[in-house]
Amino acid sequence: MKYVPAIGLEVHVQLLTKSKLFCACRTDFGAEPNTQVCPVCLGYPGALPVINREAVRLTALAGLMLDSKIASFSKFDRKNYFYPDMPKNYQISQYDRPLCLGGGLAFETGGRTRTVRLNRIHLEEDVAKSMHAGARSSVDFNRSGIPLMELVTEPDFASAQEAYDFLLALRQILVYGGVSRCNLEQGNLRCDVNCSVRPETRSGLGVKTELKNLNTFKGVFNAIEHEAARQIGILEGGGVIRQETRRWDTDAGVTELMRSKEDVHDYRYFPDPDLMPITLSSGQVERWRSELPELPRQRRERLAAEFGIPAYDAGVLAADKAVADFFEDAARLSDNPKAVSNWVMSDMLRLLSETGRSIEDIPVRPAALAALVKLVDGQAVNMPGAREVFEELFEKGGDPAEIVRARGLAQVSDEGALEAMAEQAIAENAKSAADYKAGKTAALQFLIGQVMRKSKGKANPAGVREILKRRLSG
Amino acid sequence: MSDLADQTLYSLRGLLETGQCSAREAAADLIARIRERDGEIRAYVHLDEESVLRQAAAADAARARGEGGELLGLPVAVKDVLNVKGDPCACASRMLKGYVAPYDATAVSALRAAGAVLAGRTNMDEFAMGSSTENSAFFATRNPWNLDCVPGGSSGGSAAAVAAGEALAALGSDTGGSVRQPAAFCGCVGLKPTYGRISRYGLTAFASSLDQIGPITRDVRDAAMLLKAMAVPDPLDSTSVDVPAPDYMAALGERLDGLRLGLPREFFSDGLDPEVNRCVLTAIELCRKLGASVVDVSLPMAPHAIATYHIIACAEASSNLARFDGVRYGFRAGGANDPVELCCRTRAAGFGPEVKRRIILGAYVLSSGYYDAYYVRALKVRTLIRRDFDRAFASCDALLSPVTPTAAYRLGEKIQDPLQMYLGDLYTIPANLAGICALAVPCGMTGTALPVGMQIMGPAFREEIPLRVGHAYQQATDWHLRRAPRHGKAGQAAP
Repeated sequence: MKYVPAIGLEVHVQLLTKSKLFCACRTDFGAEPNTQVCPVCLGYPGALPVINREAVRLTALAGLMLDSKIASFSKFDRKNYFYPDMPKNYQISQYDRPLCLGGGLAFETGGRTRTVRLNRIHLEEDVAKSMHAGARSSVDFNRSGIPLMELVTEPDFASAQEAYDFLLALRQILVYGGVSRCNLEQGNLRCDVNCSVRPETRSGLGVKTELKNLNTFKGVFNAIEHEAARQIGILEGGGVIRQETRRWDTDAGVTELMRSKEDVHDYRYFPDPDLMPITLSSGQVERWRSELPELPRQRRERLAAEFGIPAYDAGVLAADKAVADFFEDAARLSDNPKAVSNWVMSDMLRLLSETGRSIEDIPVRPAALAALVKLVDGQAVNMPGAREVFEELFEKGGDPAEIVRARGLAQVSDEGALEAMAEQAIAENAKSAADYKAGKTAALQFLIGQVMRKSKGKANPAGVREILKRRLSG
Repeated sequence: MSDLADQTLYSLRGLLETGQCSAREAAADLIARIRERDGEIRAYVHLDEESVLRQAAAADAARARGEGGELLGLPVAVKDVLNVKGDPCACASRMLKGYVAPYDATAVSALRAAGAVLAGRTNMDEFAMGSSTENSAFFATRNPWNLDCVPGGSSGGSAAAVAAGEALAALGSDTGGSVRQPAAFCGCVGLKPTYGRISRYGLTAFASSLDQIGPITRDVRDAAMLLKAMAVPDPLDSTSVDVPAPDYMAALGERLDGLRLGLPREFFSDGLDPEVNRCVLTAIELCRKLGASVVDVSLPMAPHAIATYHIIACAEASSNLARFDGVRYGFRAGGANDPVELCCRTRAAGFGPEVKRRIILGAYVLSSGYYDAYYVRALKVRTLIRRDFDRAFASCDALLSPVTPTAAYRLGEKIQDPLQMYLGDLYTIPANLAGICALAVPCGMTGTALPVGMQIMGPAFREEIPLRVGHAYQQATDWHLRRAPRHGKAGQAAP
């Protein structure tokens, strides 16, 4: 019998706010432990929460980008359980009236477009961070009260790959919208997975397990692969799946039992009497909708249409908002958007990945790239020379024409000089010349290389080719 | 000047303004009075005499510079449940014994801003849970009118201090009557403002949707003064409401012409002590003579208030008190091997029996399978109780009733019988559930010389109405001028 998995994700995303969800403490990552704290996020007696409006706006924005319905009335509830990293021993979350309802995300996976439905998106506060060293445990409350939105999908994923590709697309959108930095190393995006399998021939869902401790997309992928296989193995052996929570052990590459259904918490949810419900007018929601940024999908289509570049290029460029912005700025200043696209996709992305830098920290300006493309198109510099220029631009910035002059990279297109060098190359490589005449066209490439060497790379390769062909056909 | 400790805030302010005494002299007199009386009354859990004198001297210096607010140099005692930066804030619990408040409650900073001298911390039922102050983890407070009786609770220390001349005024907190009931038992004025009128920021939460800070004073005018100082909207409390506070003092007068006062018949029911009933009816008759018209009204859901209250208050308390786990502050039990054990041992040893009882009840009514039957149902009844009041206030300006069904009872009399104790709050709880304001004023004495209180309930954010009624009543009577006997001095009664 063949089994198919049904997988749902619960994604916790740290919102890009300056202050915490219920107090004015900062949210900077990497601060000294317990320096971004106050009576509210430490749960001191008498301290009260006050909602951060920006967190509400960002969550609503995410909802709008993901086609959710923004609730005109939503409220906060207390999720009660005891844990040393939770200062009030309850977490302020949203239980039955979340801010965003429904929605979905269309994304590319396995060469086609899939749409996965969302169940809801709600707002909640993060807990503190426990650290254990030997017999001693400490708690850093800097993270306590950081605003999170929890996005819950329907169990629509049929494979680990789909879940993985969804997360990539989701991250792209949230970064585009300025909702979150989605920095995985900083724990900006954390995932729980609900996983079940069922015989292909049967409808409905099998018994699910919940997988925790997934901090990387690769981890999500591996955990699903492993868990689905584990469940199928059990079913094939005639066993039954128990509803339970399992922890993904990254090092061992296995999921292990955390708690079974019998130990499930009764969270005793009830409406938080310290906070007023969130009421949003349709006017407010429409204002937010009108401020929505262009999403990756729309941008991909627009870039291809507006600049006449291939769909593939548009996809690569649109994947990162900053890269797409750079391309657009440069392409607008250039007559040759395809060439701009080539530079960005190849040289620029390569250098960015080699140096680990982000596009915001490099000195090269879109106008400089447009100017460089113009120099190449005007045959003022050949491609190898232009690459050298680009590398300098990437490092130090500046004016391409100036760099060409300073480095002596100006292309030699002077007919007389090229003719002389071509004649010399044919004379020195009589055998290659003879080969070419005998029909071995590959020999021409060798001769071009010889001329280029004589010009110290500055000759115009196209011009050299023409001259050689003319001379050898005579 | 002698007997500065027996002044009202208002009269002391007059003395200060005309230079007849200094704030430091008043503070010194007060401290002397506390030293003299508190050995038997035990109203205070903490008094930093140096700090009181220092604040008073600073107030005198401010006055000399021509500075200062409405309460400049006036001493106010504070219930142990409110955070006063640098002071212990134990909530009369072993759990927070020695805990020092790291910040000022908003109401406290409002008093500071008005120039008040924060004078000592008063005893209370642990975490404001109780009606007799016997649930204090430290010691019981006695009623100045009869040392064998309870002062009421949970703000029993505040009321006893004011009644014994150990404080001119004090802050309390009122979740189900904790300001009004002890005020009535001790012959003081007690005001529970409208929910949202005074910021709760810095008030250690018992039941967040019911808690409200309120003043306990010698007369209605002082309550108006303190309310005005504290009635400021607070961005730190989402439930504080930005309804401008009128000039309460200006609303006070001698007549009640044109006012319609309602008598809710459910508040004059079988359990009401005949002496209390007689005092309150006499007071109501006086209100009529002062120009008010009196009508009968009904609040049919009021009899369900106690059950509703205990479900909601305990549910919220079970969550609010979860933070006391020994991890970050306060008491921590030793000998634990892991965080769960640490938490369990700390809570087992840190909380008293009444607090535990309410936490367990609250956790129960919120637990899955019981939530709808108890908590959700209680919220529905609460809405109905609110509607009862809306209807009553559509035809009345204020409602009059007893504060309590009996006068103060003896220490130990009800402490073993929580249900009996809870029943004592049946007239005060409805105002908390409805979120309206209510004032307690002394309106007579029993045959055994114990004070009786009348409750004046007003619509939300209309504190000026109960204050007006209470003040006019006090202009025509002298119950609020009577002072508790000084037992320490051969038990003679003051005039």
